[in-house]
Amino acid sequence: MGKIVLKQIRKSFGEVDVIPGIDLTIEDGEFVVFVGPSGCGKSTLLRLIAGLEDASSGKTEIDGRDATNLPPGRRGLAMVFQSYALYPHMTVRKNIAFPLKMAGMSQAEQDRKVEQAANVLNLSNYLDRRPAQLSGGQRQRVAIGRAIVREPAAFLFDEPLSNLDAALRVTMRQEISELHQSLKTTMIYVTHDQVEAMTMADKIVVLNAGRIEQVGSPLELYNHPQNLFVAGFIGSPKMNFITGEVAAQYGCTTLGVRPEHMVVSSGGPWEGVIGLAEHLGSDTFLKVDVPGLGVLTVRGSGEMGLHHGMAVRLGPQEGRLYRFGPEGKALA
Amino acid sequence: MATQSSRLAARLMVAPSVFVLFVWMAVPLAMTLYYSFRLYRLLSPDRSGWVGFTNYLWFFRSPDFWQAIANTLALVGGVLALTIVFGILIALLIDQPVKGQGVLRILVIAPFFVMPPVAASIWENLFMHPQNGLFAALARGLGAEPILFLESYPMMSVIGIVAWEWLPFATLILLTALQSLSPEQLEAAEMDGAGAFGRFRYIILPHLTRAITVVILIQTIFLLGIFGEIFTTTQGGPGSASTTLPYMIFKQAIVAKDIGRAAAGGIIAVILANIIAYFLMRGIGRHLDS
Repeated sequence: MGKIVLKQIRKSFGEVDVIPGIDLTIEDGEFVVFVGPSGCGKSTLLRLIAGLEDASSGKTEIDGRDATNLPPGRRGLAMVFQSYALYPHMTVRKNIAFPLKMAGMSQAEQDRKVEQAANVLNLSNYLDRRPAQLSGGQRQRVAIGRAIVREPAAFLFDEPLSNLDAALRVTMRQEISELHQSLKTTMIYVTHDQVEAMTMADKIVVLNAGRIEQVGSPLELYNHPQNLFVAGFIGSPKMNFITGEVAAQYGCTTLGVRPEHMVVSSGGPWEGVIGLAEHLGSDTFLKVDVPGLGVLTVRGSGEMGLHHGMAVRLGPQEGRLYRFGPEGKALA
Repeated sequence: MATQSSRLAARLMVAPSVFVLFVWMAVPLAMTLYYSFRLYRLLSPDRSGWVGFTNYLWFFRSPDFWQAIANTLALVGGVLALTIVFGILIALLIDQPVKGQGVLRILVIAPFFVMPPVAASIWENLFMHPQNGLFAALARGLGAEPILFLESYPMMSVIGIVAWEWLPFATLILLTALQSLSPEQLEAAEMDGAGAFGRFRYIILPHLTRAITVVILIQTIFLLGIFGEIFTTTQGGPGSASTTLPYMIFKQAIVAKDIGRAAAGGIIAVILANIIAYFLMRGIGRHLDS
């Protein structure tokens, strides 16, 4: 069971309020992703939940129990660190067994659980190696193994994939998702990569400067961003923002159009020159310099025969527009 | 062809320094060996000649010799134990974020800058002196008899003084090792339920093994030759209670002016050092490889 409730959690380092006060409920079995630009306080928030940082004020509840003053080891949570934080002088077997040993479990029970975890994670052949003899992906698995043997109330992941190469990152992403499907344990995952957030999460928490900007499912955030920050952060390439007269025509301060909702057609209202055309095969990304509106990004099909320097007309798909008021809030 | 000739050139260029280093080491060793088999007393220089193993046998038959070996080993072992245990404790302490950390570290390192005879004099006269010493004053303040450190516990006193001198070295090496431990590993251990003792036993101590090995190896080299502290304080006494092998050699060479015996003692010291080095490298040398 792993329901985690944060009540008015605040954290300041000296004069600086890193987290000015957050209320958040994480339901049992949910896969929650904290996402935001670097320095937004997402790692600090995770460390507050883990107990590695003490909150300046506020309350943390785990399973309905007040855990605000509990030390990390007694919160029943397991964490996977960005650097994996494996113990270099211990074999893989001892690394995975360490939390069990600390819990005073018998040797036979330890061996059984380590074998079990190693089977799940395909580590059975590496149990007697040391971390230095493993590849990045294997180390990652050992770190996860060390977390799952404890059968924690929730898993905490602190940017666990950022040290892996792109291909391995995709594989490990899927493995973690599958692990969540089979264990059905609460997972909290911190990342700055919105692709990881969108693909893995049941619920995304978008953070900015220590504040929660929006909480919701990936598609909810994509379809209904509550403000300019979320609109700009979720979605790749980034949403185009248009201000000024054109926005005023639509009755808003800022008009948002996602690149995938831009249409290149001879009947389009805006005219511009292609500054850059990126042909990825499946897609084509165009950067079109439109006088008065700035550079707009357009995502088109892969077969688009457009090149640098060509003049095109383009416009937004009606019905897929995002309108924002003067304070950056979304207008209904 | 080019590689071969450049290799030859490299050897030729290194050769002079290798030669000088070899002579530097071999000549004194050969001379010591030569004198160790000779009768050569400065007080009666006209009597000389080959005496076989007589000089060595004199050592092995002397009861002082075995005492000196035991004292030498006690000095090395005692100082190593004290400096490593307290070095780890102090390193853990000054690794904590405290105000005035820089000044604190300089204070901890300070004893290392004090010359051995000066350090020994300070301890003898300001701390251990039965009339004027701080310890005596403390003892009297508590209503007890002052302890006669250098008379009643000469070897332990010498070990204490030398340990005080070498503690900063051990602390420094262990502190730098401690600082290279990634904080995430400690946090991971904390998450895994390890308490303060568990973290020390399973994470910090294994991380320090290489540094401890370095401390043991380097200190052993220097501790085997400790002389100044004994000369300044106990003069090897009372009797021969605090005579170590180097001090015994000194007594033969300078006091008795018997160069032959002193040379034999020197060769024994070299052999002893090699035996210790062999066992050290076999026992803990593997910790030096990462």
